[in-house]
Amino acid sequence: MALYPGMSATQAGPLNNGSSSQYQMSAPEKVAASASEPVSVDTTMEPSKIVVNGLNFHYGKYHALQDINIKIPEKKVTAFIGPSGCGKSTLLRTMNRIYELYPDQRASGEILLDGRNVLDRKQDLNLLRAKVGMVFQKPTPFPMSVFENVAFGVKLYERLSRVDMEERVEWALRKAALWDEVKDKLHQGGTRLSGGQQQRLCIARGIAVKPEVLLLDEPASALDPISTLKIEELINELKNDYTIVIVTHNMQQASRVSDYTAFMYLGELVEFDDTTTIFTTPANKQTEDYITGRYG
Amino acid sequence: MNASLYLRRRLTNYFNLTVSVLTTLFGLFWLGWLLWTLFSNGLQWISLDLFTQSTPPPGEAGGLANAIVGSVLLTVVGVLIGAPAGVLAGTYLCEFGRGSRFASVVRFVNDILLSAPSIIIGVFVYGLIVINVGHFSGWAGGVALALIVLPVVVRTTEDMLQLVPDHMREAAAALGAPQWKVVSAIVYRAAARGIATGILLGIARISGETAPLLFTALNNQFWTTDMSQPMSNLPVVIFQFAMSPYDDWQHLAWAGSLLITVTILLLNIIARIWLRESK
Repeated sequence: MALYPGMSATQAGPLNNGSSSQYQMSAPEKVAASASEPVSVDTTMEPSKIVVNGLNFHYGKYHALQDINIKIPEKKVTAFIGPSGCGKSTLLRTMNRIYELYPDQRASGEILLDGRNVLDRKQDLNLLRAKVGMVFQKPTPFPMSVFENVAFGVKLYERLSRVDMEERVEWALRKAALWDEVKDKLHQGGTRLSGGQQQRLCIARGIAVKPEVLLLDEPASALDPISTLKIEELINELKNDYTIVIVTHNMQQASRVSDYTAFMYLGELVEFDDTTTIFTTPANKQTEDYITGRYG
Repeated sequence: MNASLYLRRRLTNYFNLTVSVLTTLFGLFWLGWLLWTLFSNGLQWISLDLFTQSTPPPGEAGGLANAIVGSVLLTVVGVLIGAPAGVLAGTYLCEFGRGSRFASVVRFVNDILLSAPSIIIGVFVYGLIVINVGHFSGWAGGVALALIVLPVVVRTTEDMLQLVPDHMREAAAALGAPQWKVVSAIVYRAAARGIATGILLGIARISGETAPLLFTALNNQFWTTDMSQPMSNLPVVIFQFAMSPYDDWQHLAWAGSLLITVTILLLNIIARIWLRESK
């Protein structure tokens, strides 16, 4: 039966955005990277929502994040930028411990969310993820209706009456600037929306749970310019209520949407500062080279 | 571009194309011949009686009603036992045991079961059930068929679940859904058609099995729906009637063969169409 080609092998492996080949930078650059002191920045006077202390991350034997220290300010947008494979997605994926789906991935160190270490074994994963929502690069509508997509997460935590649930779904869809486009097709399949709408549906789905933090992993990189613009406007809107961390390939996007920017390179945090400083007067030569397009 | 190189590539292309078309025709030729033989010999014996009368003694008129009903019952029992177990095992392999040593052992053993000769399964169930109970029965036949369905469904379920992209699982897990919820509410839904197709192919696979039934359900000349009794079924009736010297029996065997073949063909076609639509 032609139905069974050899598809049985497991398909784990690093799921961060970079292909591993891009970790292999040429020798001089590598020296330069490790020569610079890992910056433990405390440039912000803002209250911190997430504090990362001495975080190390391994994919099997590969040491993907090296001693990361960063403070993510509350109700601001923080962007992680850097060339492919620098570890920015990996860092994001530690914050809700989604990496734990893959047995060969390990994190050590501390990630304090409101002062509590979420890497602690005792941390309830489901509660953590209720507080820390995530939106991925590819839109991932579930194979169910628009309404059910948004209600799915809510049902995990709350038992709402039909009316309350309808209210919540509408609230989330409005918040994600999608309500007007889908209010007449709430019971159509979520996969039938356009790519940009699907991504906003995923954001609505994340918001519906009422998290405190939203992690966005290149949320617009698979979208057309107009949808991208909508997502960026949405991020601007959402930061009034949520702490947002966004990973992006696109430096213009980082400069447009974020308040703070972290530049990462080869698994290290090179520089972290407010976005204007990073993009106008970066302290580090590597940061400058990257944002002026000399590599990456 | 070098002209002779271009010519050579064109010739190679032409040659390969010819060979693959010919081999395809070779395969289709036998299928076509088989279908033609079945239709030309069997179609004339298909009648209403076939579906209403039970298998006759030699020289009398009759049909295959008891065998058809028996086959359906045996298949249903086989699928009801084999398919749920297969889906759960396939789910374990893809979702819970991924990468574990135990899962790879299970996968390996399942592959062996998948290619086990069906007569061995028949003898096994004979030893397991028929000897202990003391007589042939429909239940024993159902169990034998279940053992054949099981590895097929395990395999297709695992394959189909693996086609569900990991980012779907991540998205559900990122909302805080526990793994059982991710699997039951999201992954199953995304792979539903594929899994159903696998079960359908399992049904197609067992509806023609003869050897395991010879040792378990055996045969029954009379109409019965009592699974604890020996039970008539199409493959064994075909086997028995086709070997007999009586013309009437041979005609029924032709009709039964056509019936089974068309059923299996239809199941396969439905499975293919279903799967294509889901993509």
